[in-house]
Amino acid sequence: MTLSPVFINFTYIISAILFIYGLKMLGHPDTARRGNLLSAIGMFIAVVVTLFAHEIVRFEYIVAGMLAGAIIGALAARMVAMTSMPEMVALFNGSGGAASLLVGWAVLYDELRPTVGVADGVLQTAVADASTFTLVTVMLSILIGGVTASGSVIAYAKLAEKMNSAAIVFSGQRIVNSLILLGIVVSAVMFTLDPAIGSMWFWMLLGLALLLGVMAVIPIGGADMPVVISLLNSYSGLAACAAGFAIGNNLLIVAGSTVGAAGMILTSIMCKAMNRSLANVLFSGFGAAKQASKVEGEAKPINVDDAYLILESASSVVFVPGYGMAVAQAQHVVRELGELLEKNGCEVNFAIHPVAGRMPGHMNVLLAEANVPYEQLVEMDDINPRLPNTDVAIVIGANDVVNPAAREDENSPIYGMPIINVDHARTVFVLKRSMGSGFSGVDNPLFFGENTRMLFGDAKQSISGLVAAFKG
Amino acid sequence: MEAVFLSFILMLSIFLGFELISKVPATLHTPLMSGANAISGITVLGALIAAGQDHAAAATWLGAVAVMFATINVVGGYMVTDRMLGMFKKKDKGGAA
Repeated sequence: MTLSPVFINFTYIISAILFIYGLKMLGHPDTARRGNLLSAIGMFIAVVVTLFAHEIVRFEYIVAGMLAGAIIGALAARMVAMTSMPEMVALFNGSGGAASLLVGWAVLYDELRPTVGVADGVLQTAVADASTFTLVTVMLSILIGGVTASGSVIAYAKLAEKMNSAAIVFSGQRIVNSLILLGIVVSAVMFTLDPAIGSMWFWMLLGLALLLGVMAVIPIGGADMPVVISLLNSYSGLAACAAGFAIGNNLLIVAGSTVGAAGMILTSIMCKAMNRSLANVLFSGFGAAKQASKVEGEAKPINVDDAYLILESASSVVFVPGYGMAVAQAQHVVRELGELLEKNGCEVNFAIHPVAGRMPGHMNVLLAEANVPYEQLVEMDDINPRLPNTDVAIVIGANDVVNPAAREDENSPIYGMPIINVDHARTVFVLKRSMGSGFSGVDNPLFFGENTRMLFGDAKQSISGLVAAFKG
Repeated sequence: MEAVFLSFILMLSIFLGFELISKVPATLHTPLMSGANAISGITVLGALIAAGQDHAAAATWLGAVAVMFATINVVGGYMVTDRMLGMFKKKDKGGAA
């Protein structure tokens, strides 16, 4: 049985509506889960009607591919730990990009299929005439898909610490990248002029696209990862969109470009939260340019017992988590400490900087996993006015996002970046392994502040110590 | 004409995407991203058509691999998003925290 193209396209409209509603509902905590379900239903409907399209005559390849994909996807989604969510999302992005690349490639075979006919009494083969429009869109889907796929693999390797997560910068990097871009344009033009299966220019384009993805992500350091993940997310949408143009499918275009635009918005939110332009994040390793004013002073250490005494009498406490909390796996004990403080009559909140962690919203997911209710997760702009009336701010594994130099020191590389003003709180505890500086390598005057106490040691152990003290 | 028509759709969808996402609270950025990512697996439709046609063996193979990758993206993306969203709880539940 096959369904008419008109019917299929009408069904695609329903899917598009479900996607759009789904995305809209994802924007509020109460409706988010249902929104995700709606969008999954939209996807399911679209897949089912497509199976009845007249082009599809064989199912063995489809079944094999779907089975393999569903098993891998489901296992990955089930098993991944919440701390590893950034690398998981990177891999999912990458597989979307790879799929779009392959779809573009397959279209090429279809468009350039030799047709056999008889002309002038002689058997001849001719190549089907592919339109320039189709060729261009095919190449776009290969290019964007390839960049997404290889870039995501590198992002995954960096996030999972399979490779050094620091920025890899070498002299002449821009020249190399420009040459790659030039090579891509040249191959694309040459291929369009003389399209053929197995053309050297095609392989050049494919290889350079993959190389570009690698080159685009290696100069980006660990703490800039939220930008890269959202950007790759956007690319995976745009790749689907390009594939949609190549096969003339409206739903791919609508869904792909909506996701592409959404990813762009997230990317720009992340960039704003670091007060840097996208170009600055993408093309320059961090902190090379300016030398910040040297910070001098003496840090005042505190031990767990004294910290307990202060917390015991506090009436409002704000936790400020950073990537270090994820590394120390301290989110569960932090939640426990929060509960004990609340029982003690204290108001507890969690202040979350937009770029804390390795992907947008990373800290929120970790704390949610540890059963912190989302009402307690407060955004930077909402918590800052409340900090002067806060008794204790506890900084756990965060550094640059609470560095007052961003506000005060014009020479600091992070000057102008919006921060959580923990130094305005009456007392600040900083949980830290040692006196090292943060990812950016910038000194943090917060550590030497009049009202700052350093609680040295493993964050998880320190917090556990406080929990034990509260339990008496 | 086809190209113009498709470009119209493209432009409107981009505006739609901007409008939909611009006011999402930071709390939901991760699930939003992985949910949106699952939607970008829509490319599975193209993969299905490539894998299901009866000519050009190479294209069918490419299509089959594309189906696999896209399905990983779709199934994994939706499931992991659901798992994350299941953890976001309101305060009144269970009296915790």
